[in-house]
Amino acid sequence: MSKWIPLWLHKLGSPPIFYRFAGTLRPWFLALALIAGAIGLYGGLVLAPADYQQGDAYRIIFIHVPSAWMGLFIYGVMAVASFIALVWRIKLAEAVAMESAPIGAAFTFITLVTGSLWGKPMWGTWWTWDARLTSELVLLFLYLGVIGLYHAFEDRRQGARAAAFLAIIGIINVPIVHFSVNWWNTLHQGSTVRILGPSKISMDMLWPLLTMMVATKLYYVASLFGRVRADLLELEGGKDWVRRIATGEQATGEQA
Amino acid sequence: MNPTRKRRMIIVLLVLAAAVVAVGLTVFALQQNMNYLFTPSQVRAGQAEAYKTFRLGGMVKGGSIERSGDSLKVGFTVVDADGALPVEYTGILPDLFRDNQSVIATGHMAGDHFVATEVLAKHDETYMPKELKDAMEKAHHGKAVAANEAPQ
Repeated sequence: MSKWIPLWLHKLGSPPIFYRFAGTLRPWFLALALIAGAIGLYGGLVLAPADYQQGDAYRIIFIHVPSAWMGLFIYGVMAVASFIALVWRIKLAEAVAMESAPIGAAFTFITLVTGSLWGKPMWGTWWTWDARLTSELVLLFLYLGVIGLYHAFEDRRQGARAAAFLAIIGIINVPIVHFSVNWWNTLHQGSTVRILGPSKISMDMLWPLLTMMVATKLYYVASLFGRVRADLLELEGGKDWVRRIATGEQATGEQA
Repeated sequence: MNPTRKRRMIIVLLVLAAAVVAVGLTVFALQQNMNYLFTPSQVRAGQAEAYKTFRLGGMVKGGSIERSGDSLKVGFTVVDADGALPVEYTGILPDLFRDNQSVIATGHMAGDHFVATEVLAKHDETYMPKELKDAMEKAHHGKAVAANEAPQ
């Protein structure tokens, strides 16, 4: 197996090396996320023209849609990391999976709240039990379930393994969320931005949306790196490398 | 890959496969009941007869909206590709409600027409600037949101 996994990837899986690597990259990801977010929001809220039927109210998509994409994307990352954690018992994979859950839950929550705020004036209702809204709510509950299960165990690694199982099984919901608008008659509209075929949005509205997508991705990486670093310090509490950082013998050039 | 890892991987994949099959069968079995709405032609074909209250979905027929002068009562016709159903509603309509807009009405059949207790406007997935829309069809539909005035 070690034949097809390069050595640097093996090394990166080791907590002290990942700790330093993530510490170096994190400020860059955070800075780029803030820049992209500022550009995207300015483009979306100021530069983009008003929509022909919704007027200015449509501008919530610059928050709502990137958040919804992140809710699904982070779930995918969490499920893959959970799979690696279960099969190979790699500490780093456990940390990535478990620290992704709160970020994904936050994005899903933002999606539900912004959608609800938009739904009241546009559709005429805050909430309705159609397939898209319901499956998105199930996604939030899956995230909360993973977080809750993880913390329900005395032993952290045991908790992580139990929660990883739930995360893997819950991946079934991800395609259901995505395709719900095609499979069933829903109140929620279909996908506007398509990878295959033309998107149903004009260019001057699309570019801020895609910029926001990049910004949320970068923010996720920055946030994840910070959380995983803190988690690794706690997980490896008694080890030499943590002690060295704690006592300040080794200058890492970064605070945890 | 050593035997322990292989065993763990097989267990995880088997559990996942079992869950996929279970959810897949459930969704497949619910397919009939998971439809959020019926279209006018489905109602005409009697598919909604089993339900006392159900949702009717379709387009508001252009020029069919009739508002009563002294109350919030409104009448309009919902159409789909090959069916039409008159709807009666009393209450406040959402911003997007107007001619040729997709709507979803909750209510029940009363004789030949549908009495709605709630009317929701379904938004489509198209986003474009007002100017572009105006240029595309110079006629009347391009107004931003003018649901409070009776469309012509």
